[in-house]
Amino acid sequence: MTTTVPADGHRTAFVDNDQKPCGHGRMLRKEDPRFVRGKGRYVDDLQLPGMLHLAILRSPLAHARLLSVDTSLAEAHPKVRLVVTGAMLAEKGLAWMPTLSGDVQAVLATDKVRFQGQEVAFVVAEDRYAARDALELIDVEYEPLDPVIDVRTALAPDAPVIRDDLEGKQDNHCFDWETGDAAETDAVFARADVVVKEDIVYPRVHPAPMETCGAVADYDAVDGKLTLWSTTQAPHAHRTLYAIVAGLPEHKIRVVSPDIGGGFGNKVPIYPGYVCAIVGSLLTGKPVKWMEDRSENLITTGFARDYIMRGEIAATREGKILAVRTHVLADHGAFNGTAAPVKYPAGFFGVFTGSYDIEAAYCKMTAAYTNKAPGGVAYACSFRITEAVYLIERIVDCLAYELGVDPVELRMKNLIRPEQFPYRTKTGWVYDSGNYAPTMELATQLAGYAELRAEQAEKRVRGELMGIGVSFFTEAVGAGPRKDMDILGLGMADGCELRVHPTGKAVVRLSVQSQGQGHETTFAQIVAEELGIPPQDIEVVHGDTDQTPFGLGTYGSRSTPVSGAAAALVARKVRDKARLIASSMLEVSVADLEWEKGSFRVAGDPKASVTIQDIAMRAHGAGDLPDGVEGGLEAQICYNPENLTYPHGAYICVVDIDPGTAKVTVRRFVAVDDCGTRINPMIIEGQVHGGLTDGVGMALMEMIAFDEDGNCLSGSLMDYLIPTSLEVPDWETGFTVTPSPHHPIGAKGVGESATVGSPPAIVNAVVDALKPFGVRHADMPLTPSRVWEAMQGRPTPPI
Amino acid sequence: MQVTMNVNGEEVSREIEGRLLLVHFLRDHLRLTGTHWGCDTSNCGTCVVWLDGEPVKSCTVLAAMAGGHEVRTVEGMEQDGELDAVQKGFVECHGLQCGFCTPGMMMTARALLDRNPDPSEQEIREAISGQICRCTGYATIVRSIRWAAAEEAGTRTTATEASTS
Repeated sequence: MTTTVPADGHRTAFVDNDQKPCGHGRMLRKEDPRFVRGKGRYVDDLQLPGMLHLAILRSPLAHARLLSVDTSLAEAHPKVRLVVTGAMLAEKGLAWMPTLSGDVQAVLATDKVRFQGQEVAFVVAEDRYAARDALELIDVEYEPLDPVIDVRTALAPDAPVIRDDLEGKQDNHCFDWETGDAAETDAVFARADVVVKEDIVYPRVHPAPMETCGAVADYDAVDGKLTLWSTTQAPHAHRTLYAIVAGLPEHKIRVVSPDIGGGFGNKVPIYPGYVCAIVGSLLTGKPVKWMEDRSENLITTGFARDYIMRGEIAATREGKILAVRTHVLADHGAFNGTAAPVKYPAGFFGVFTGSYDIEAAYCKMTAAYTNKAPGGVAYACSFRITEAVYLIERIVDCLAYELGVDPVELRMKNLIRPEQFPYRTKTGWVYDSGNYAPTMELATQLAGYAELRAEQAEKRVRGELMGIGVSFFTEAVGAGPRKDMDILGLGMADGCELRVHPTGKAVVRLSVQSQGQGHETTFAQIVAEELGIPPQDIEVVHGDTDQTPFGLGTYGSRSTPVSGAAAALVARKVRDKARLIASSMLEVSVADLEWEKGSFRVAGDPKASVTIQDIAMRAHGAGDLPDGVEGGLEAQICYNPENLTYPHGAYICVVDIDPGTAKVTVRRFVAVDDCGTRINPMIIEGQVHGGLTDGVGMALMEMIAFDEDGNCLSGSLMDYLIPTSLEVPDWETGFTVTPSPHHPIGAKGVGESATVGSPPAIVNAVVDALKPFGVRHADMPLTPSRVWEAMQGRPTPPI
Repeated sequence: MQVTMNVNGEEVSREIEGRLLLVHFLRDHLRLTGTHWGCDTSNCGTCVVWLDGEPVKSCTVLAAMAGGHEVRTVEGMEQDGELDAVQKGFVECHGLQCGFCTPGMMMTARALLDRNPDPSEQEIREAISGQICRCTGYATIVRSIRWAAAEEAGTRTTATEASTS
């Protein structure tokens, strides 16, 4: 743990402290002064003159035919200005909207409700309480239908058809997807000494950011412009979709994503509530605010995971892993609301071969509709890599169990070797760089692995339950190359604009947007590193489609891999122009100039130099510029990544289980991450800490559960348990650095690494602790009751 | 009904509905939006303010109940242009990311340090255990609060030495 504190940091403005690097390094965040004063600007903080409040009536049933919706009493409420039903939206062609994965989703139900909490009608009233009151006055008549809740039976021939809105649809099949070579994999399995098979469930969980989703829509009828402040991680993509859905011209839509109180993928999709707010403003001519409550957030917005996986691994007797095979049944809920590149309906689950050099791999996946909320890709999952890493890291531990070998030793034997990079996996992914063994070694060293095993052996003799869990992960982040990756036809490249003002201060405009990741700091540091302008002299503008270039937003750990690259390259473009101007200022040829961060100097003459600030003034001044050079010092770029970046890491978790209550305590957690070049180590550490806490949540506490009627049993924070300060240890972190060869500064994404890597380490630790009971696998969440079941020899799946 | 209370040292009086929650009174009526609304069930703690010096979850206090009492919010932490040590600690130790839980965390931290100027890590963890942070994993929040304790005790070794040398 870091115990030193920056010297004298608080005496002056926070960004102007002794720790400030002019470029990469630990720097306090530029955004913090407003947050610690309570001056963050979140969507719900907005109050516009004449603003009205919107509330949504939601279905209490998971599957039912909508017979009638009577709004007359609600309309008579003195504070109500507008009540809208699905039928009214249908008249305007707005009852359905496209999802990010090319399906359609009801904005307000017209024919049936398909999950509990689905939007049925909305009210716009003078205050938020009155809007809620009026919901009680709407009378809806439903004809209940049999719900499809268990995805295992969703594809049975007699299952009720959920999506009868889709023409000709006669089953609940959503999609099939496969990757790898089935025949080759079968052949390797057939000749393997050892084959281990395990059924592994990754239950449905929810990102549950502290700020729920919401929007303020403000339509100006005079100039025809719609401004939408919304909790979105992808303002540009949302703007384009609103243009398509609402038929408004795109230049007349401004989407603003102000300060966002956490996203974790929850704020990538377009939710019906946003569209309702827009419709509300269009119809009333007033600004309309919609802010969901916590139950609405948990019950209706983008869930994560919900994969039932059969994992199989083939190996030699000596522990050389030969092949991996998996069959997955994916629950996509009532509408396919997954946000993933079009060619990747299962996200990047294809990296399920993990960090190991194997001969063959195959995955077959079937996705089905059920009467549950839509979603799927969320909760810092890196487009389903969370599920992939969990599968491989769990099944490798099952192999270690069967072979009776140490899980670290087994992994070390099979890790991809440094000389094999770039490494093409058996499912076609090209890992850009990696040096895995030192990362694993550092983790075991920090943890004191040998001593932990010795302690465990002693404790086992005494009947105490201590477990040590290991995971090694490789992620694929930074979507992505536009030849392969798009969302609804929008390529996943990112724009960046940089302007250096005459006095040498700068403004950089990003297409990605922060939900807490500290972009205002990190991106200033990236530009500072390239141009030598102090980061506190660089303003970062983001989250406003009228102010920033087009790009696809922040999720899948893509900000640094894609927009970070764009920021570095746009700064280099500015530097190239500055070099031309410097050559004329110093009256030497360009070839005679040397760049030293912040200035050009004449080679061999250290006194002859001009700073970037001098150059900026000249660029805007009245003096001559070199032939062909325009005035001003600015540039713009649209960066198309050549490949994804592949961060990796080794995690070790130590748990103790109370044999009397079966309660699991995470005693220690050691995380060694390699995210390539490190821009701000303080922010990186924070990202890792947050993800590790997510891991504790998923492994031990969190699950969105349903009863057989489709009632969501996890609709509040009393039921959906999120780790507090008492459930997590003081994290121990370390790092190695293997730069990305294709990223301009060698950086890789890190925002989701720990969420991806930690659940298997924790589950592996719990299962390791339960070894005396003959337990080889137990599913998350490992609550005391489920661990107790495992101790009795009957671990049951959570769904 | 009319409600009158002292908020951050100022007397405020408003005509409100009896059912109005304190969190909405502060946010919507007084426009003190530093106090947040996160869950409705007293679990998340983004709405923590002080009522007569004690941290309370303002989503489960009626504004009317605060009538005649003193309320302090995050906006009242900074005094005469000087940030509170807790606010400084959160900045110094990266105790926040998205900032949504931060005001509530800081109000609880301030109350803790007022009654226990030298809390242990475990005491800090217990003090903030009624609040949820989804970003930081809590370790940096614990460090932030310890930083503030050391700052106020004048025992913040590295920085104290550096700043006086």
